[in-house]
Amino acid sequence: MSYLRLLFAFFRMSILGEMAYRVNFFVQLFQSLLELATALAGVAVIFSHTHTLGGWNPDEVLALVGVYFLVGGIIGLVIQPGMEQFIESVRDGTLDFTLTKPEDAQLLISIRRIEIWKLIDIGLGMGVLAIALVRLGAAIGGLQTGIFILMLLSGATIVYSFWLILAALSFWFVRVENILVIFQSMYEAGRWPISLYPGWLRFGLTFIVPVAFATSVPAEALTGRLNQTTLLGAVAAAVILFLAARFFWFVGLRRYSGASA
Amino acid sequence: MKALTELYAQQFKTTFAMMLQYRAALAIWMIGHVLEPLIYLVVWSTAASSRGGSVGDYSTREFAAYFLTMMLVNHVTYTWIMWEFEYRIRHGSLSAALLRPVHPIHSDIADNVSSKLITLPFMIIIAAGLALLFHPNLSPSPWVFLAAIPVLLLAFAIRFLFEWTLAQAAFWTTRVSAINQIYFVLVLFLSGQIAPLSLFPRSVQIAAEWLPFRWMIGFPVELLLGRIAPVQAMTGVGVQVAWVILGLILLKAVWRRGVRTYSAVGA
Repeated sequence: MSYLRLLFAFFRMSILGEMAYRVNFFVQLFQSLLELATALAGVAVIFSHTHTLGGWNPDEVLALVGVYFLVGGIIGLVIQPGMEQFIESVRDGTLDFTLTKPEDAQLLISIRRIEIWKLIDIGLGMGVLAIALVRLGAAIGGLQTGIFILMLLSGATIVYSFWLILAALSFWFVRVENILVIFQSMYEAGRWPISLYPGWLRFGLTFIVPVAFATSVPAEALTGRLNQTTLLGAVAAAVILFLAARFFWFVGLRRYSGASA
Repeated sequence: MKALTELYAQQFKTTFAMMLQYRAALAIWMIGHVLEPLIYLVVWSTAASSRGGSVGDYSTREFAAYFLTMMLVNHVTYTWIMWEFEYRIRHGSLSAALLRPVHPIHSDIADNVSSKLITLPFMIIIAAGLALLFHPNLSPSPWVFLAAIPVLLLAFAIRFLFEWTLAQAAFWTTRVSAINQIYFVLVLFLSGQIAPLSLFPRSVQIAAEWLPFRWMIGFPVELLLGRIAPVQAMTGVGVQVAWVILGLILLKAVWRRGVRTYSAVGA
């Protein structure tokens, strides 16, 4: 419960901080809308030439675009800004201040920076998803919705753990910001169904950089493509990766000696 | 002229050494340059095979050829000057460059060329490796390779001049990321990055003919694929030269005004 209170406090602080730059809202809204329009135009160009893409119809791909924006928004809202600040703080030694706080340090570094404008992406993603589902006319029952949310949560956990492991490398190496760019460029591949890609790339996008779990798997859950193996695999991967990240974090933390002192 | 050659010789020595320091960053940026064309290659090939083997005037294997060639052309012509310039102006490091007796564009050209001398061999190896996996249909006639040299150089010049000019938006506004994004969307659709231009509606194709973007990427790619007749290629080179001249004029005009508004921040 206290974790939720903390999250809320950080959230409020970010809002207060950003309120000073109100024009930013419109700039961000413009950029998010442009990005969405670009993605949709890309889908439209492809589907002006074909009716199905690897077995996915236009509305199913639209749902995937929705999930892509939703998850991308979550990453940009809390995961990415926190990890970037964390890497910075290991380098300049300001992590000291976080470690002296009476809360779990991993939690603090994970939620302390929130990029509130990314809520726009989350909203747009949910909007696109809703439109896609209405067009699909799928009678999506409670069970399917539950599985979708479970897959979304697993995907987010996997991505978070993956980023934390990469960011924790900064305990050993000084400059790791560039590693984070790898995920960002790979994430783009998640805008299309993972099943389109050739086997080696699919493997890489699933097991090396886990983009598939973030976008394709939740979208598969919604469009009734998910098999039991993937479902259980995603949940297991989320749990294992989260524990691994936690372990890695502690191992790294033991190496940290502060840089400012 | 001699002074300029000496300048470049010296610049290359330093920037080449500098770029070698950023090997990891260069390698990571290369992932993006490989992945994006690869995604569109896969998507269009899938679309082609679900339509019985071809979309428009491209078969599955021709899509592979298109996007693998595009991967290389895009890599040869790209710049990162927009981010660099914003940083320079925000941190005031442009001031030092202004004190030198030569235009700062020369060190940027040297930077760009030396980074590519380092990465291009790897890109070619990657493209060759992908060619083994995707079997592109590529059989250009010998004259194409000869023509490709000036065409690629001109394409690089157009992209460099326009992006260098655009980068100067940072003189007037701090919100360059929105401007850059608009530019990237235009390049994505009108240069042939997302799909060969012949797959777009006629109106988009006409717009692409009259705007500079196609001449940065799409035209060299189509030339290398042997889809452009010799006469068309000649006209194309003419159009490219015109865009280079226009780009130079634009760059000079914007630079003159921009530098005047510049007041070193953080100096």
